[in-house]
Amino acid sequence: MTVTQAAMRDALGDALLELAPRFPDMVVLDADVSSSTRTAAFGKAYPERFFNVGVAEANMVDIAAGMATCGLRPVASTFAIFLTLKAGDPIRNTICYGKLPVIFAAGYGGLSDSYDGASHQSIADLAVVRAMPNMTVVVPADVIEVRQALEAALLMEGPVYIRLSRNPTPVLFEGSPPLEIGKIRKLRDGSDLTIAVCGVPTFMAIEAADRLAASGISVDLLEVSTLKPIDAEALARSAAKTRRVLTVEEHSIHGGLAGAVAETLGRLAPARMDFIGIEDTFPESGDYMELLKKYGISAEHIENRAKALVKEG
Amino acid sequence: MKLDIPSVLAEKNRSRKAAQLQYLAQYFRLSVFDVLHERGTGHWGGASSAAELLVSLYFDAMNVKPEEPRWADRDRLVLSKGHASCMLYTVLAWRGFLPVEELKSFRRLNSRLQGHPCMVKTPGVDMSTGALGHGVSVAVGMALAARVLKKSYWTYVLVGEGDLNEGQTWEAIMSAAKFRPERLVMLIDYNKVQLDGPSQEIMPLDPLPDKLRAFNWNVAPTIYNGHCVGEILDSFTWIRCQSQWPVAVIYTTHKGRGVSFMEDNAYWHGSPIDAESYARGRPELEATLAELEAKL
Repeated sequence: MTVTQAAMRDALGDALLELAPRFPDMVVLDADVSSSTRTAAFGKAYPERFFNVGVAEANMVDIAAGMATCGLRPVASTFAIFLTLKAGDPIRNTICYGKLPVIFAAGYGGLSDSYDGASHQSIADLAVVRAMPNMTVVVPADVIEVRQALEAALLMEGPVYIRLSRNPTPVLFEGSPPLEIGKIRKLRDGSDLTIAVCGVPTFMAIEAADRLAASGISVDLLEVSTLKPIDAEALARSAAKTRRVLTVEEHSIHGGLAGAVAETLGRLAPARMDFIGIEDTFPESGDYMELLKKYGISAEHIENRAKALVKEG
Repeated sequence: MKLDIPSVLAEKNRSRKAAQLQYLAQYFRLSVFDVLHERGTGHWGGASSAAELLVSLYFDAMNVKPEEPRWADRDRLVLSKGHASCMLYTVLAWRGFLPVEELKSFRRLNSRLQGHPCMVKTPGVDMSTGALGHGVSVAVGMALAARVLKKSYWTYVLVGEGDLNEGQTWEAIMSAAKFRPERLVMLIDYNKVQLDGPSQEIMPLDPLPDKLRAFNWNVAPTIYNGHCVGEILDSFTWIRCQSQWPVAVIYTTHKGRGVSFMEDNAYWHGSPIDAESYARGRPELEATLAELEAKL
């Protein structure tokens, strides 16, 4: 059976167009990457609601802030790494401090800008935005969740960071109940080990869980689409049952999903843990899936680490 | 306070109004001096520098409703030089946004009056500021929102040298010239002294009008005296006649204005006003206030 593949950036472009009539106050800003992030189509359809500010991320975010105070619903789009690091001060000091309803469409998350190399790969963005009060952080796992996250964010009051990916990845949630911000989606029910995953690697974790089941290890598989506020109750319930937790993310193991899960469980349900993600290093250029695999993000690696975690006791 | 605020707001005679606002600015300056001394924290230099500009904006130019601080059609002010917060709070209080008595709580624990302006806590503050370099971008966004929403409010942004050191301000200046939002006005409180010393030593900005013109802004041909309300009102008249956006006006000001030994001295950017300096400085401010009162 062939799995349908689709790119989150295309889903963003489509969703903006689809939601535009329903949200007439929505405006879109981009920083000279609109053909890459796919916001250009919105700009063509709604030129009076689209603002390309050039390569000036901090300026873009503060313009969005000003607009938000006046009743507009800005969606600020550019590559995740430049958004969070070049515009980190406006995101924190203007948007989050002011609780302003700005949506960040953080494109090219993780290693998805694979050929452009480490300079363009975003492996610290989740750590940055998680540490900002008032911010909601959503990491969709497929195109279906991208559209649902955008719609849900437009119905919320404060700032929302939505992390996106560049490349086609498997469509996982067609026909499933919609993504709910703040809620974990349970994908497999098991008792030997919890795997908590977010974003693109979700499809790998599903594959690994099914292989593990075949070898007699039952996985409680949780898709943590909202890193903040995290669904602490669902996490704690699972960890209390399995006593073993493996996190999987396309991000540094410092400060992203691993951090969020460890912080939560450290208080509520301490468990033996392991973390799959980028190990405090700069990745490199290469084919996306090969690159992920080289840096330990693959179904095979998840399966092996899960087995090791179960074996440890 | 020798003036009745509603009468000041209703005053139609231009020279009488200028005299009244000149008095108000000095009165607020004295109030800020007292609060900063009493609290032992805050920024005297930049607050004093902006007194006449902020008074003229809130008591002459700006259409606001203190009883409805978030009124959608109000004119906006972004105090990009957020360290002048104590002067902004003082102006907002006397304009009716918060109790004058509350000014004493400046920078106290649990106060609504934060060290730097916080839009979530203080009525009348249109944007949280403090970190420099944000204001012009934010103002561009507000002014563009007016265009999208078909509103006609004005957006003012008050900047200082520190703001103009920040790269983001120049990104914003470029983008304003691209989008040309109507009724966007940048006022430059050009006192030429920064935290660490004279701008000429720290980061020279001149020729500032030429730079702004090169960035395609409509820059006022006159550089106004930012401590003379009459000149500030002249500048507002000029602004009202413009149709090329965005507009920038440069005002010559003095950091720490009103206390001779504090003027143009970087030390008084943010140093606490100690007892001796307070005792020496206050009579100077009082004397000027008495002169202005005599002219009412």
